[in-house]
Amino acid sequence: MAKHETPLLDQLESGPWPSFVSDIKQEAEARAKNEKGVEYQIPVDVCEDLLGVLELSFKHGRTHWKHGGIVGVFGYGGGVIGRYCDQPEMFPGVAHFHTMRVNQPGGKFYTAEYLRQLCDLWDMRGSGLTNMHGSTGDIILLGTTTPQLEEIFWELTHTYNQDLGGSGSNLRTPADCVGEARCEWSCYDTQALCYHLTQEYQDELHRPAFPYKFKFKFDGCPNCCVASIARADISFIGTWKDDIRLDQEAVAAYVGGELPPNAGSHAGRDWGPFDIQKEVIDLCPTECMSYADGKLAIDNRECNRCMHCISVMPRALRIGNDRGCSILVGAKAPILDGAQMSTLLIPFIKVEEPYDEIKEVIENIWDWWMEEGKNRERLGELMKRQGFQKLLEMCNLKPDPRMVQEPRTNPYIFWKEDEVPGGFQRDIKEFRKHHLR
Amino acid sequence: MAFVSSGYNPAKPMENRITDIGPRKYDEFYPPVIKKNKGKWLYHEILQPGVLVHVAESGDEVYTVRVGGIRLMSVTLIREVCDIADKHCDGHLRFTTRNNIEFMVDSKDKVQPLIDDLESRKFKGGSFKFPVGGTGAGVTNIVHTQGWIHCHTPATDASGPVKATMDVLFDDFKNMRLPAHVRVSLACCLNMCGAVHCSDIAILGYHRKPPLMDHEYLDKMCEIPLAIASCPTAALKPGKVELADGTSVKSILVNEPRCMFCGNCYTMCPSMPLADTEGDGIVIMAGGKVSNRISAPKFSKVVVAFFPNEVPRWPQTTNCIKNMIEVYAADARKYERLGEWAERIGWERFFEKCELDFTHHLIDDFRDPAYYTWRQTTQFKF
Repeated sequence: MAKHETPLLDQLESGPWPSFVSDIKQEAEARAKNEKGVEYQIPVDVCEDLLGVLELSFKHGRTHWKHGGIVGVFGYGGGVIGRYCDQPEMFPGVAHFHTMRVNQPGGKFYTAEYLRQLCDLWDMRGSGLTNMHGSTGDIILLGTTTPQLEEIFWELTHTYNQDLGGSGSNLRTPADCVGEARCEWSCYDTQALCYHLTQEYQDELHRPAFPYKFKFKFDGCPNCCVASIARADISFIGTWKDDIRLDQEAVAAYVGGELPPNAGSHAGRDWGPFDIQKEVIDLCPTECMSYADGKLAIDNRECNRCMHCISVMPRALRIGNDRGCSILVGAKAPILDGAQMSTLLIPFIKVEEPYDEIKEVIENIWDWWMEEGKNRERLGELMKRQGFQKLLEMCNLKPDPRMVQEPRTNPYIFWKEDEVPGGFQRDIKEFRKHHLR
Repeated sequence: MAFVSSGYNPAKPMENRITDIGPRKYDEFYPPVIKKNKGKWLYHEILQPGVLVHVAESGDEVYTVRVGGIRLMSVTLIREVCDIADKHCDGHLRFTTRNNIEFMVDSKDKVQPLIDDLESRKFKGGSFKFPVGGTGAGVTNIVHTQGWIHCHTPATDASGPVKATMDVLFDDFKNMRLPAHVRVSLACCLNMCGAVHCSDIAILGYHRKPPLMDHEYLDKMCEIPLAIASCPTAALKPGKVELADGTSVKSILVNEPRCMFCGNCYTMCPSMPLADTEGDGIVIMAGGKVSNRISAPKFSKVVVAFFPNEVPRWPQTTNCIKNMIEVYAADARKYERLGEWAERIGWERFFEKCELDFTHHLIDDFRDPAYYTWRQTTQFKF
């Protein structure tokens, strides 16, 4: 017998897609039965009350969580998102309903053993509800009380060798694509770089020292499976400098219909036989490919490595061997000045342990932004306010046409005084000798 | 409910504290076939919707079965995922960047029993627990946010509209009949946690009324300059307000015609709530992408200024999305993302074909860049 009537939420139990309502209900039942005899440390009916408050929100069309909430663990300035219900008497089970962010492993690979350990911990000390995963990448433990925070943190660090993720004006939890672990297009080991930098900058992640939040994301190639170009202040996107590797026999197999284009990703519809001219050559954004006499040719110098041809013919075309990554900076959501994608800062950099060159770029950017960034100003907005040139100067980088989509159209050009012969200090009297008033 | 200590001593909080250890290292969790062949993959193929094979230089193969992830999941469900991983995959699994779950096996004969097992599992209400799909040119999982489950600033729910939308788009999760993959995402307010600004189709929670002013408490609860600086359109200024009892308090004055209801002041100041049953609802955006394939990454554009929050299944929102996908599927060329298609045919044709109203709300009016979104050419279609 459910504690609260949920006629609106009940309607989200039907239909084929996995129902979060059914799942929360099954958790509520499991807690009520408590077959394992768990010593629950927060109210047993937390899931019932969560459904109750959600049903009320469905009825009102408004949230029932109070504003904000400042809780955490000693030593850290972030990692826990405090939350309190605005109807605590009606729903005492969720009067406190704080979220803990737990730093996920690279590529989100898990063993069942590890996940079960987390589940046992959260079952006892939390709501038994999670997000797998938060948008930034963390394992989200959804709903516990303040007194449990230190207990959970103690267990996480002492028993499971596992730290919290980030929240607040700091380095947030970095995330990566599946990378070399299971993709033939990955131009560097996204997991290794992500892990290394996460460990390197633990202090910046746990203790907010920045004007605002800051995110790293690591994509193995320009397909951007972790969307770094849109969702990270620094986006590390794999690429290569030399030629696309080409297997003409496999090209012939695609042309002959023996291999499915795009690895079979369009198999749900009859698009006709594969037409290499139409599907590859004519769609190449730089028109640097040709196909004649059964041979595919690529003018690699003109290729911008968009990944289209490789994606269409993965068995015939492979990424080059001289690999590294591009670094783009400044992506953010709209607040305050409008959404930004990351802007190309470093066209190519080698990705090699101990990643000193990459760290130098990061730290130069941080030195600038930490000093000059206004309160709650993302890096992308500082770039807009002080100019891309300032970023280049702070990173000791030379301007490069690759850094712009097009040159400026307005002629409002700043010159530095030392670039102009004679400088800016001039005498009006000297001028008037030749130009009468 | 007796308190059980973990060993933490609240009297000596810094004693034996472990910090800055970071995440567990990725390779602790790799399946053996992944560990062995990392960085040495030759090619991959999608064998059927939801099933991939990757082939390594060594000749080793790894078969991946992708299932729809619920994102908001209980430990009971995670334990069931673990049981499946133990039974079929030697205890290994992973999650994708779109919150699907992937089970990997190292030979083809293990694939079908795994699929049969996954597809046989249903919740009591009848929905699939682990629907196989989400690969290739179809619709995969919806990246989404907290909504009314946990957040204080939403203008809509997240889990509810996502379930409603995925039920409507379910066939395309299980199929690969579209011109290219369609990424759908949702954010419950315009902080846009997640991927709303860069998705083929995006659902965005939005308010339509200025904040309610809790003048009596504002100066006690808020740092007034922070709230004023939080406004993108400078609709806020500091001022004195006289309360009903005659006392004068410092507060914030809202220039209502300049307010576009973003809610950022509420993020900074708890005394300026703006949620409203009739005012709040959903904006639909379309045409964004993050990959660099063929065209550069694109922002999504606003194509529907408002749908109401129609609990529990948001029919206007889901119908609009379903229709947009059908029109795109019928009209776009192979490999063409939704945004590439709209730009090729022209946005005037996009609105016509999708039978969407074009209203004044869709014309950009935010600062200098707005000009660049108007049409400075005689090139248009009747």
